[in-house]
Amino acid sequence: MEKKTEKVKLTKEEKIKKKQRAASIRKLIGEFSRGTVHHFVTGMIAILTANLSAYCIPLITSFTIDYVLLDYAEAGYQGGMVVAPWIEKLVEGFGGKAFLVDHLYLMGIALILMTGINAFSVYLRRSEVARGSELLAYNMRTRLYDHLANVPYDYHKHISSGDIIQRCTSDVDTIRRFVQNQLLEIVRTVTMVIIAAFIMLRMNAMLSLYSVMMMPLLAVAAYIYCKNVKKDFTASDEAEGVLSAAIQENAAGMRVVRAFGQQRSELDSFTAKNKDYTQKNLRLNRLMAMFWGISDTFGYIQIGISLVVGIVFTIRGRISVGEMLVFSSYTSMLVWPVRQLGRILADLEKAGVSLGRLNEILEVPVEAEPGKALRPEIRGAVEIRGVGFGYEDGQDVLKDISFTARPGETVAILGSTGSGKSSLVQLLQRLYTVREGEILIDGININDIERHHLRKNIGIVLQEPFLYSRTIMENIRIVDPEAPEAEVYDAASVASVHDVITSFEKGYDTVVGEKGITLSGGQKQRVAIARMLMQKAPIIILDDSMSAVDTETDAAIRDALQARREGTTTFIISHRITTLCRADKILVLENGRLVQEGTHSELARADGLYKRIADIQNLLEDELNSGDDSTDSGNGNGKEAI
Amino acid sequence: MEDLQTSALREEEFSKKIDLKLWKRLLRYALRYRWLFVGVIFLMLVVAFVDILYPQLTRYAIDNIVAEGEAGLRKLLPFGLVYLGFVLFQGAGVVSFILFCGKLEVKIAYDIRQDAFKKLQQLSFSYYDKTAVGYIMARMVGDIPRLSEMIAWSLTDIFWSSGYIIGCIIFLLAMNWKLGLVILTVLPPLAVISVYFQRRILRQHRIVRKQNSRITSAFNEGIMGAVTTKTLVREEKNFEEFKAEAGTMKKASIRAAVLSAMFTPIVMTLGSIATAIALYAGGRTVIAPTIFGTTMTIGVLSSFISYSTNLFDPMQQLAGIFAELQSAQASAERVISLLDTPCDITDSDEVIEKYGDCFDPKRENWEEIEGGVEFRDVSFSYKEGEKVLDHFDLTVRPGEKIALVGETGAGKSTIVNLVCRFYEPTGGAILIDGIDYRERSQLWLQDRLGYVLQSPHLFSGSIRDNIRYGRKDATDEEVVRAAQMVHADSFIESLEKGYDTEVGEGGARLSTGQKQLISFARVILADPRIFVLDEATSSIDTETEALIQNAIGTVLQNRTSFIVAHRLSTIRSCDRILVIRGGKITESGTHRELLKLRGYYYDLYTTQFTENSTRDVLN
Repeated sequence: MEKKTEKVKLTKEEKIKKKQRAASIRKLIGEFSRGTVHHFVTGMIAILTANLSAYCIPLITSFTIDYVLLDYAEAGYQGGMVVAPWIEKLVEGFGGKAFLVDHLYLMGIALILMTGINAFSVYLRRSEVARGSELLAYNMRTRLYDHLANVPYDYHKHISSGDIIQRCTSDVDTIRRFVQNQLLEIVRTVTMVIIAAFIMLRMNAMLSLYSVMMMPLLAVAAYIYCKNVKKDFTASDEAEGVLSAAIQENAAGMRVVRAFGQQRSELDSFTAKNKDYTQKNLRLNRLMAMFWGISDTFGYIQIGISLVVGIVFTIRGRISVGEMLVFSSYTSMLVWPVRQLGRILADLEKAGVSLGRLNEILEVPVEAEPGKALRPEIRGAVEIRGVGFGYEDGQDVLKDISFTARPGETVAILGSTGSGKSSLVQLLQRLYTVREGEILIDGININDIERHHLRKNIGIVLQEPFLYSRTIMENIRIVDPEAPEAEVYDAASVASVHDVITSFEKGYDTVVGEKGITLSGGQKQRVAIARMLMQKAPIIILDDSMSAVDTETDAAIRDALQARREGTTTFIISHRITTLCRADKILVLENGRLVQEGTHSELARADGLYKRIADIQNLLEDELNSGDDSTDSGNGNGKEAI
Repeated sequence: MEDLQTSALREEEFSKKIDLKLWKRLLRYALRYRWLFVGVIFLMLVVAFVDILYPQLTRYAIDNIVAEGEAGLRKLLPFGLVYLGFVLFQGAGVVSFILFCGKLEVKIAYDIRQDAFKKLQQLSFSYYDKTAVGYIMARMVGDIPRLSEMIAWSLTDIFWSSGYIIGCIIFLLAMNWKLGLVILTVLPPLAVISVYFQRRILRQHRIVRKQNSRITSAFNEGIMGAVTTKTLVREEKNFEEFKAEAGTMKKASIRAAVLSAMFTPIVMTLGSIATAIALYAGGRTVIAPTIFGTTMTIGVLSSFISYSTNLFDPMQQLAGIFAELQSAQASAERVISLLDTPCDITDSDEVIEKYGDCFDPKRENWEEIEGGVEFRDVSFSYKEGEKVLDHFDLTVRPGEKIALVGETGAGKSTIVNLVCRFYEPTGGAILIDGIDYRERSQLWLQDRLGYVLQSPHLFSGSIRDNIRYGRKDATDEEVVRAAQMVHADSFIESLEKGYDTEVGEGGARLSTGQKQLISFARVILADPRIFVLDEATSSIDTETEALIQNAIGTVLQNRTSFIVAHRLSTIRSCDRILVIRGGKITESGTHRELLKLRGYYYDLYTTQFTENSTRDVLN
């Protein structure tokens, strides 16, 4: 009994979830299609006029044959066309059939005009639908891009970028293609069928039935086929993926292949994959051949039935020759779109899946302002009060951290991997929100400072900085594209990278990441430092951002910084003793706790991590004097060296 | 994937003329399946012929059945049967045409891929150094399918289209040559317009694709650089820039769509002129004698109308094929250039005669390798005029362990590449056991060579597969023993699936250290006489360092070894350390001897030591 209710509850919950999802997808569709509606409405009107005119074209021919020419034919055809009274009146007004016989070119002109109307409608439909669906794609792309830029940092840390890019490109394209090529095709086919049915039913109900009898079957068969063949397409796609991966790996690992002399076995394994892919494609091709062949046959049989029955009806005098021709041209006009309809319905699902995948991204909430969103002028006093922090998965990263930094002070942070130093500085930028305690800047809780304002006032350089694929000049002055070049050169000189950049063939106009030009890790770090300097922030953070720069350059950069950034509060994460020892204050973090705090002279005397690092110079001296080649390090107490 | 697209696009230019030589070369692949190819063409012509006959059937029905009234009904059954026969024939034609074309396509793709892959196994490293993997992928994955599809479907479709057009023309002229000629005057302007439009459409599509790859890289940058964008507060500016890109994309796509939207209606309208002429002139002839004849039946008139309407479909198609052919020319050029790339390093015919080639080695004729390596007056340059090595001499005894140290670009990697014969000296000679290695096959040397890369490359597959790559016929026990020898077994067995653990593409699921150990085990299994290690500069954690240190000792035993070294522990374990600067040996000796010199090695050692020890303390 209990179990049952639980089950019911669950399904209820599921139902609610499903409803919510459906609602959010509906909302999404509304959002994406903003501004596109009038294009689609115009498109639909064009579909209507295109269909109507398309049907009129055979009518003109049949009218000419039946009404005008039949009387002159040598053979004795039965009956003539029964035309609508208003047409009869119109013709009478001009002077009856005789007028048309004398002015037969009018029929030709009518034909060209009608085709012209049809052609224009077709053009209008296609271009309007294209305008609508491209705008739709534009809406989707910009919405996704904007959203992804504003979701919290934590989200980016956990996603697979390949997957997200796939969604932003392929899935968007799947939806666009569906809307552009198929969605209105449904409307087109349905209106075509309705109009054709109307005209044909007026001519002869029985023949109409004969003319469409196999069409539903064709549509259903196409739908079932297209749904079932999907797995074969997937199999072929997968085999292709395996094949591409094999080529990719072979090319990327060519040295290994050669070094082990494995060309033969590589070729054999490639041949096997190539064969497998070929086999799957052949199978797919067989299925396609059957489908197109069989459905073509049935389509033509349908046209044949219409023709043969039409002949009988004509002979029996139930319809005219012209009408018979109308029936057979309508039938061949309808057969193929109806078959296509089945395929479109099968594709509808694919578009739905893509939409769902986009919805998953857009459901993620964006960064919010938890407080008053103030924009005070920032001088650089930082106070951290009992801060605790952990990621969502529960683990504690920082516990009860407290310290202060006065404006202009340099605070160095030392800690082993995973001690929480990077998290600490990221909290300052509000890339994460503190869990316990508070961070104050100039006495204001940072939760109350508007996040963009806060980040503008804190410059940070990451250990593995990201440079945009633009020129170095653009990269350095990215926060202020209007900044004079002299300022850029100055910043680059401070970061000891000006000479490196000018040594490149294109100097500051070198595009980062363009073919062949890759900046080394140390060069990237220095460019990022120059970029940060352009921000002119009162607080700066160097998160191990000179790790790939050699010690001498490191020192030169720090000296230049010191000389230039008077009054800037600086946080430096580093493990180089030469860097650490010159800070006003050194913090030592271990397992998320602040275990030591002090100046170089204080910490060098106290036991702990800092002292052990400081002692390494002594170890080296020992090592050089020991004369022992085989041991890694001696221990003991040496003298100051170097 | 993106690289692939952009690199394919970068080169994709519209060639003005169709280069017949190129296509002849590719046609040779189709002609390997001569009967299939000829069969497809024959089938195309037959199907075209049947397609042409349909309006004749209708004409017959009107003139010979309907016109005779009740009497005509007798002819209805045979007519129906003939029609059914046509339909079934048509159906069979479609089935076999798709079957054949598909088969042809798949086979051609298979063959070209196979040849290209073989070529890739033979090309020298100078090719790989200049060629990005994405570039190769673009040819293999992008161009080859495109070309085989082109040859199998489009080239053969030319026969259907032109067959159909010719058939229409014949029937038009046969039924009434004067009227036929009048109608055909519409064809030339139509052909011109079609070719013009198809080319413009293709060009516009190329612009769209280019813009599309810009959008993809914008997304890529937006996602990869999300944090940087946040810290620099660039969200809004980036968004503005992205909107501009997306706007360009929208405009370009709409332009392409509008162009194609215009094309068919224009053709339709032109076509209607032909139909109108047929209706008017034919109609007049039905009514009274004209210059087109004394009379005309209703059936002939209706089939005239049908033909003049149907003529335009294959015309459009033909124009499309020619435009496609032109744009696929760049693909053809790329594929042919890959297939025809000369190998910089080849074995002479005599050498192949004795030692076999890389796919079919004649191991029975191979001499053993002891491991003595001598550089005799070797010069080498990657680019004309930029000598990396100049009259370089070095003699290494079998079993000696050589460490090479020096700055990036000093020539260390060049030296080991030359030892491996991944490159050959441009001057002088390299002797293995006293004989110039060019007198033996590449595989002879490389088969006995152990080579471990800076960043070890693993292939996707299990750990077992990867170790076995060293010697494909090794038993499971031998694989395990090799892993044990380099102390890799403990970490492997700690994994849930042990030796069957999948390593992921390029070994992505393992840490660098783990990959390194597996690559050592792989070398142990291959049991090479000469061992080359290009060590990584990037820092590894202490634990891995210790593991690797243990393993290297095992690997080096009894083997002539060349090590481009960065880790102190590795350097110290070598017999001789060579400092390479500017392509020359500037310091040479043991660790202790070099320290005493207080030169480059001394400086290198002291900084390295500090960095290493700090890392030890912090981890």
